[in-house]
Amino acid sequence: MTTVHGKSNHTGILRKYCTYFRIRFTSGLQYRAAAMAGVATQFAWGFLTVLLYKAFWEADPDAFPMGIAQVTSYMWLRQAFLAMFNSWTVDGSILSDITGGNIAYELVRPLDIYALWFTKNFSMRAANVTLRFLPVLIVAAVVPAPYGMSLPAGVPAALGFLVTMILGAFVTCALIMFIYIFTFFTMQPLGVRMVFNAVTDFCGGNLVPLPFLPPALAAILEYTPFAAMQNVPFRIYSGHIAGWDILRHMGMQVMWLAVLVLLGALLMKKALKRAVIQGG
Amino acid sequence: MCYNKIPFAPLTGERPGAKSSDQTAGGYRLCFRFQSCRNPKHVRCFRAVYVYLYGTDFVLSETKRGYFLFMIEMHHISKTFRVARRNAGMREAVKALFRREYTEIRALNDVSFTIGDGEMVGYIGPNGAGKSSTIKVMSGILHPDMDEGTCVIDDRIPWKQRKEHVRNIGVVFGQRSQLWWDVPVLDSYELIRDIYQIDTTVYKRNLDELTECLHLSEILRTPVRQLSLGQRMRCEIGASLLHDPRILFLDEPTIGLDAVSKIAVRDFIRRRNREHGTTVILTTHDMQDIEALTERILLIGKGRILLDGSLQELKSRHSGVRKITVSHSGGETAAELAEQLPEGIVCTENQPGQSSFAVDTTRLGVSEAIGILSGKLEITDLSVAGATAEELVVSLYEEFAI
Repeated sequence: MTTVHGKSNHTGILRKYCTYFRIRFTSGLQYRAAAMAGVATQFAWGFLTVLLYKAFWEADPDAFPMGIAQVTSYMWLRQAFLAMFNSWTVDGSILSDITGGNIAYELVRPLDIYALWFTKNFSMRAANVTLRFLPVLIVAAVVPAPYGMSLPAGVPAALGFLVTMILGAFVTCALIMFIYIFTFFTMQPLGVRMVFNAVTDFCGGNLVPLPFLPPALAAILEYTPFAAMQNVPFRIYSGHIAGWDILRHMGMQVMWLAVLVLLGALLMKKALKRAVIQGG
Repeated sequence: MCYNKIPFAPLTGERPGAKSSDQTAGGYRLCFRFQSCRNPKHVRCFRAVYVYLYGTDFVLSETKRGYFLFMIEMHHISKTFRVARRNAGMREAVKALFRREYTEIRALNDVSFTIGDGEMVGYIGPNGAGKSSTIKVMSGILHPDMDEGTCVIDDRIPWKQRKEHVRNIGVVFGQRSQLWWDVPVLDSYELIRDIYQIDTTVYKRNLDELTECLHLSEILRTPVRQLSLGQRMRCEIGASLLHDPRILFLDEPTIGLDAVSKIAVRDFIRRRNREHGTTVILTTHDMQDIEALTERILLIGKGRILLDGSLQELKSRHSGVRKITVSHSGGETAAELAEQLPEGIVCTENQPGQSSFAVDTTRLGVSEAIGILSGKLEITDLSVAGATAEELVVSLYEEFAI
């Protein structure tokens, strides 16, 4: 009796969050104009960075920590999947729920708030990236050799890329969750977001790929959760990370995902405990 | 202990013929149901047990489950908020950068009450008295101060077993919305169906019933942003009842509604309570809500429960005063009359052709008062009324200085 019950409950719980995912995802797909504008920007920025790195490379190819093809692939992947890995997309409705007190209605549902908000964030990013990544990838594949994107560096690279992409997306969402959690304490998300953006963009390899940083710094950053986001899949794709290193990085991702989620859920519990539902 | 032997029939989900019975003991109001037994001896026994138990500040849950049931038990619940305060001005603002002064505000101060299964209770008090805080504690979204007090609702502690607890309750916050702004109401309802994992047939049945009772058929397909406040509130109430909750918390459900919508909402709440046995706790500033819906009221002020009793009781206690309104023609004007009135009758309103008098019935009978008035005025029309609930509450607020 109990086991049967437990089982049906389990699938039921998943279904709740799947519903949220479905709704968020489909409603996110409505914003096509925003996506087109985004794609245009990402092209422009993509070409600029590729040209920039090529200029550096021509100046001194030996000083380059990555091959030029690897860098170009990295840049185009970054542009294509920006909507998934960027550090500035937050769900404004969650922030206003916290500061305005409407979170009361989330709390009277039989849902885990952490899981719910994680789902909301992930589905929003998934919808955004679904609309944006293909045009960028297609054009980047068509552009001629030094500027365009190459194919993945083999079957293990392709598989590793896919798996670490998904893991990296989860790690990104788990990190974003801390913005909401800190907003419980500060009641004003602006400061948290600014610090978060700056740190994540730099340490996560969004501004400059991590291998380009001073070796000592890069070595340290490799062990931070920031390196477990886009840094891993994009470098696996072009073969910059290969062989057993793929598994090692995957392990790091899994470890950081677990740590961040556990820590986040714990802090969230604390935050909810002392939370004041704002307004009458 | 002897309470295990009290022969009240165990409570079950369906209670045909069960009725609540109210007894007052030791300042607490008891509400309980018993199915087969209406023997006054058992009632006395129950009361003794209750007083005995509350002497130790405890009600054991197995007792509750087996023999008598309080849907909601709050004992000595307090909630303190820390609020940063500073005076206005630049200097004070700079000072506050380094050192902030906090004051503690006791939103709830030793709040205790019990509510029986199937009861409807009106929760009243001025703004900031702690009504919403109490509702938030009871719905599991606010942690009360931990050092003291217990709150058990349907065998659960709301903030500790939040997810299990909220499955059992429906909440309407009159000033907020749980519906999606941009999509038709039905979409929100279906999301709620999935969140609570409501069985498809049950959902269909509940939706049909709610659609009929709340007259929703026209508006379910409309985006929420295009609904009027009254329509939206009906949808909000519907949304909070889709999952068959046993308890319904309504935090100012009629705020800002027009007369027709108010009546529709009240009718529905009454019907829900009668037909489904849903326990209803309602906060409001509209005394007509209270008059129309609840027999029992709880008065809270400055975080304390000040009064717990029936509206009728209160009325009889407080309305020694009758209001006599007379229309008159010719004769003496009421202004001249006012000076000659005996003790116990006062002129409260004076317009040409119509005057009102307040009669203190402890000192002067109503018929005597009418006699006096008709002797002095040429009365064409006359009405006598007791204190309205509104006046009653004002006098209560004055009495308790809140």
